Amino acid sequence: MNGIDLVGPQFAVLIAAGLALVVDAVLPRQRRLIPFVALAGLALSVAWSISWVARDDYQTAFGGTLVLDRYAVFFYFVFAGIAAAVVLASIEWVERAGRGQAEYYALVLASTAGFMFLASSRDLISIFIALELSSIPQYILAGWGKDERSSEAGLKYLLLGAIASAVLLYGMALLYGFTRTTELGGIADAVAAGGDANRSLLILAVALVIAGFGFKMAVVPFQMWVPDVYQGAPTPVAAYLSVGSKGAAFAVVTRLFFEGLGPGVASDDWSMIFAVVAAVSMTFGNVMAIAQTDIKRLLGYSSIAQAGNIMVGLAAISVAGEEFVLGASGVIFFVAAYAFTNLGAFIAVIAISQRIGSDRIADYAGMWKRSPALAGVLALCLVSLTGIPPTAGFWAKLYVFNSAIRADMAWLVIIGVLNSLVSAYYYLGIAKTMFVAQPAEEATFRPPLTLSISLGVAAAGVLALGLIPGPVLSAAHDAAETLALVY
Amino acid sequence: MVPLENYLALSGILFSIGFYGVLARRNAVLILMSIELMLNAVSLNFIAFAAYLDPDRIIGAIFAVFVITVAAAEVGLALAIVIRLFRNRATSNVDDAAIMKW
Repeated sequence: MNGIDLVGPQFAVLIAAGLALVVDAVLPRQRRLIPFVALAGLALSVAWSISWVARDDYQTAFGGTLVLDRYAVFFYFVFAGIAAAVVLASIEWVERAGRGQAEYYALVLASTAGFMFLASSRDLISIFIALELSSIPQYILAGWGKDERSSEAGLKYLLLGAIASAVLLYGMALLYGFTRTTELGGIADAVAAGGDANRSLLILAVALVIAGFGFKMAVVPFQMWVPDVYQGAPTPVAAYLSVGSKGAAFAVVTRLFFEGLGPGVASDDWSMIFAVVAAVSMTFGNVMAIAQTDIKRLLGYSSIAQAGNIMVGLAAISVAGEEFVLGASGVIFFVAAYAFTNLGAFIAVIAISQRIGSDRIADYAGMWKRSPALAGVLALCLVSLTGIPPTAGFWAKLYVFNSAIRADMAWLVIIGVLNSLVSAYYYLGIAKTMFVAQPAEEATFRPPLTLSISLGVAAAGVLALGLIPGPVLSAAHDAAETLALVY
Repeated sequence: MVPLENYLALSGILFSIGFYGVLARRNAVLILMSIELMLNAVSLNFIAFAAYLDPDRIIGAIFAVFVITVAAAEVGLALAIVIRLFRNRATSNVDDAAIMKW
C-alpha cells in the first residue's frame, strides 16, 4: 500500500486511463462522459499531490528507482494541469473525428503518467521506461488524424523517436559501463571518484545522452521533426507535444545532470555543450520562424527557440556553491510559465482554426473584430512568449538569463536578448495582423465552452505568473534545492 | 576469455551499421530493421558490461531485458503506422511520405 501511496499521482492518472476504456466498453451510449472521467482522474492526481505537499514527507520508492520529492511534486502539478487543458481542448476535435474517443483520452493519460514518472525517476532504467511510456502514446496520437499529413507526422515522429531512443540507450550503456551502476546517486559518486581517467569516454556517453534527450527537448540539431509533426498532427496533440514532451524532457535532464552529473563532475564540459546548443537553438528557431506562413509551423519553430531559452538555465549548471540551484530553478519556472503560455496560444489557434478552417496566418487578419476574446488571449500569449512584462514569459527569461550571468556566460545572455528582439518581430507581427488588418468577413463568433474554460485558465496563469511570480518562484527554488540535497 | 574490448567494438560496429542503414535506406521497414540493429548493439553493450564489470548485480542484463521489451512494443506500433501509410499511398517509401518538407 505504501508503494502505491508513493506513486499515487501517477496511479490516479493510470486508473482514469483504464476507466475511460471501461466506460467506452460498458456504456457505449455515454461516450460524452469519457473526457470527464479523464478530468476526474487528473483532479484526483492533483489532490494526491497536494496531500504529499501537506505531509511534507518525501521519500524514495521501489528501491530508490523513484523518488517523491518537492521537485517531482512540482512537475506533477504542471503535467496534470497540461493534461487537463489538453483534454478540455480536445473534446470538440475528438467528437468530430468520431472514432476511438476512449482510446484518445487513455493515450493522453498514459503519456501524462509517463511524464510524471520521468520527473520522479532516479535511475537510468526507470528513466528509460518512463520515457517510452510517455513517447509511445504520443507517436500514436500524432498519427491520430484521418488525413495523410497526420499519418506522415506519426511515422516521422516514431522513426526519429526510435532512433533518438537508440542513441540515448547507447549513451546510457556507456555511462553504466563507466560507473557500474544505473542509479543517479551512484553515478555521481562513481564519476567523482573516477577522476580524469577515461574522461573522453564519459564525455562521449554524456554527449549521446544529451543527443537522445535533445530530440525530446526539440533543440538544434535534433529539431528536424518539430515543424512537420506540429503541422501534421491534430492541433490538440501538437499543443500536448509542445509543452508536455518538452517539459518532461527538461525535468528529467535537469535531474539527471544536477543530481547525477552535477558540480565538480566535469560540469564545465557539459555546461559548454548546453550553452552552445542553447545559442544555436534560439537563433535557428527564431530565424526560421520569421518566414513561416502557417501558424502551427511557426509555433513549431518558436518552440525550438523557447527550448533554447530554457536550456540557458541548464548551461548555468557550472555555477558553484549555494547559487548552484539558480539554473535548475530557472528551468523549472520557465517550464511552468511556458506550459501556460504555449497552451494558451495553441488553444486559441484550435478555437480560431475550427471556425475559419485554416492555419494560415494571413487568414487571422482582423480577428480582433471577429472574436475579441480569442484575439486578446492569443496576443497575450504571444507577448509572453516574447518575454515582455507583465507576463509569465518575462520573469521566466529574466530568471534563466540571470542564472547564466552568475555562471559568467554574458555572451549567452547577449545572444538570448538579441534573439528576443528577433522573436518580437514575428510574434508581434501576428498580433498586428489580428488587430490592424481588415477581416475578410465580419461575422463574429465565440469559442465553445470547454475551449473557453481552458483558454481562461491559461490566460489567468500567464497573467498571474506575470503579476505575482513570487509563490511559484519560491516553489521552483525549493524544488531545485531538493536536487542539491544530494551533495 | 574474450576481452571486453572485443564486445564493445562489435557493439560499436553494429550500432554504426544500424545508423548507416537508417540514413541510407528509404524503405520504412528497412529503417525499422536498422533501428533494431542499433537497439541490439545497445543490449550487447549492456550485457557485456554486466558480465565483466558488474557480475554480482548484473543490472545491465536487467536493462537489456527492458530494452528488448520496449523495442518489441515500438516496432509493433511502427509496423501498424507503416501499414496505414501503405493503405493510403500504396508505398512504404519514406520519401513518398513528404507532403510537408522534411
